[in-house]
Amino acid sequence: MIRFEHVFKRYPERGDALSDVTFQLDEGEMVFLTGHSGAGKSTLLRLIGLLERPSRGQVIVNGRNLASLPRRKIPFHRREVGMIFQDHRLLADRSIFDNVALPLVVSGLSHKEIGRRVRAALDQVGLLKRERALPVALSGGEQQRVGIARAVVARPPLLLADEPTGNLDPDLSREIFQLFERFHHVGVTLIIATHDIGLIRVTRHRTFTLSEGRLIDDTGAA
Amino acid sequence: MVARAPVRPRQRVRVRRRAAPRLVELPGIWLNHHVQSAVATLGRLMRAPWATGMTVAVIAVALALPAGLFVLTENLRHLVGDWDQAAAVSVFLHAEVSDEAARGIAAELRTWPELQRVEVIGAEDALQEFREQAGFGEALAQLTENPLPAVLALFPSPGYGTLEQMKGIEERLADIPEADFVRVDTRWLMRFQGILDLIQAAVLLLGGLLGLGVLLIVGNTIRLEIQNRSGEIEIMELVGATAAFIRRPFLYAGVWYGLLGGVAAWLLVTIAVFALQGPVSRLASLYRSEFPLSGLGFLALLGMLGGSMLLGLVGSWVAVNRHLREVEPE
Repeated sequence: MIRFEHVFKRYPERGDALSDVTFQLDEGEMVFLTGHSGAGKSTLLRLIGLLERPSRGQVIVNGRNLASLPRRKIPFHRREVGMIFQDHRLLADRSIFDNVALPLVVSGLSHKEIGRRVRAALDQVGLLKRERALPVALSGGEQQRVGIARAVVARPPLLLADEPTGNLDPDLSREIFQLFERFHHVGVTLIIATHDIGLIRVTRHRTFTLSEGRLIDDTGAA
Repeated sequence: MVARAPVRPRQRVRVRRRAAPRLVELPGIWLNHHVQSAVATLGRLMRAPWATGMTVAVIAVALALPAGLFVLTENLRHLVGDWDQAAAVSVFLHAEVSDEAARGIAAELRTWPELQRVEVIGAEDALQEFREQAGFGEALAQLTENPLPAVLALFPSPGYGTLEQMKGIEERLADIPEADFVRVDTRWLMRFQGILDLIQAAVLLLGGLLGLGVLLIVGNTIRLEIQNRSGEIEIMELVGATAAFIRRPFLYAGVWYGLLGGVAAWLLVTIAVFALQGPVSRLASLYRSEFPLSGLGFLALLGMLGGSMLLGLVGSWVAVNRHLREVEPE
């Protein structure tokens, strides 16, 4: 489902963020991405979500070579990739419902369909009763769950999470990871960047370790 | 609170891809998008009545100025047009020339190719008309004889109406022995029309300049709006909004600004015409005439609204394309 072939990403101001990264990921896999801050975890996720393009090498997602994907097709690629951020990236002046509905609104679904799917997504993360609230009225863990609901509401086959539990205490983190496990069980492919080593050990999923832009360990590699 | 993951024994549902809308549904979805976007944008503008009002007012003033001048020149043209029906040349005959003789001269003049029509106003007719129109009935009744001469009213043929040709006609008429004096009435009218043409060209120029102003006002307003909502735009791009989707509300905002500004400009012009109608009527009554001012006609109004909407659209288009790139995720 995802293939990286000798991928380099160089920023003019701080050198190589990724160098010579190669891996393959099958549909339905759940993978953790670890490493120190600045090891290139976010960059790797940003390349998959096509927030950036690689400097060299091939990134192939869903059979699509992202290097040659024309600009106007980028939105349609992003609709198949749910993204979850450490800082949630919610719109402060919109209700929880409207925040979660955004991916469906931009792809032009009917009101009825949007209402149905948003409530289903909010139900999955346990926030159905807060749909009218504004993000500030929610705790950090709840806000992150809204971010997750927004990422899955359009039912993308691929979820990317960048430090989803970075600001949460261990109990809340475990709740979030349980949510991810649920998505994994229904066949969603997940890549979760985190340095919460303890949780990774417990779950025993495939783990990539990045160091200074290089993939130094892949527990699932054949 | 949470035990081990409560994974329901759900089937492994295919979550690969959302069902794409069927082809026949696409036009409906597209139209729905546009209507929603237009209405939502108007709603957003209305929720900030002060900011919107200020922008609309600036646009209205910029549009009302050329539109008002246009209405003014159109009215003046209308005024002149009324007088086009008046005779271009009047030949006053000597007092002793009888109406009979005057008709003879008129018959001769009708053979001139330069003249389309010749009317004879006999001395008696002139006196009668003077009595009725000028209200000098009693004074005139005192007179023992008619002081008015017979007059020939001449209408030049089409193509003989320039100043030089009129001068030629005037000279030939002066040679007629029975003619007392010849007056060319339309000379000032033609000069006046020339001045009107000049003013209208200036109005057009001014309109172009102020139109450019409207473009810049809308462009700048939209630019600020984009900056205010850059966070929202970025998130929309992250969840897969197309450039067209993000652009759309801003373009509608430009069109709405143009439309509202145009309507406000029309209101300003209409109020001005209404306010001026009183003084103009009083002035006209001094000339024993009526002069109903006309406002911006229906076609001119449509043209102005269409033009201002187009200006708003182009202004926001420029701003959107220029600034959306700046807030894209790198």
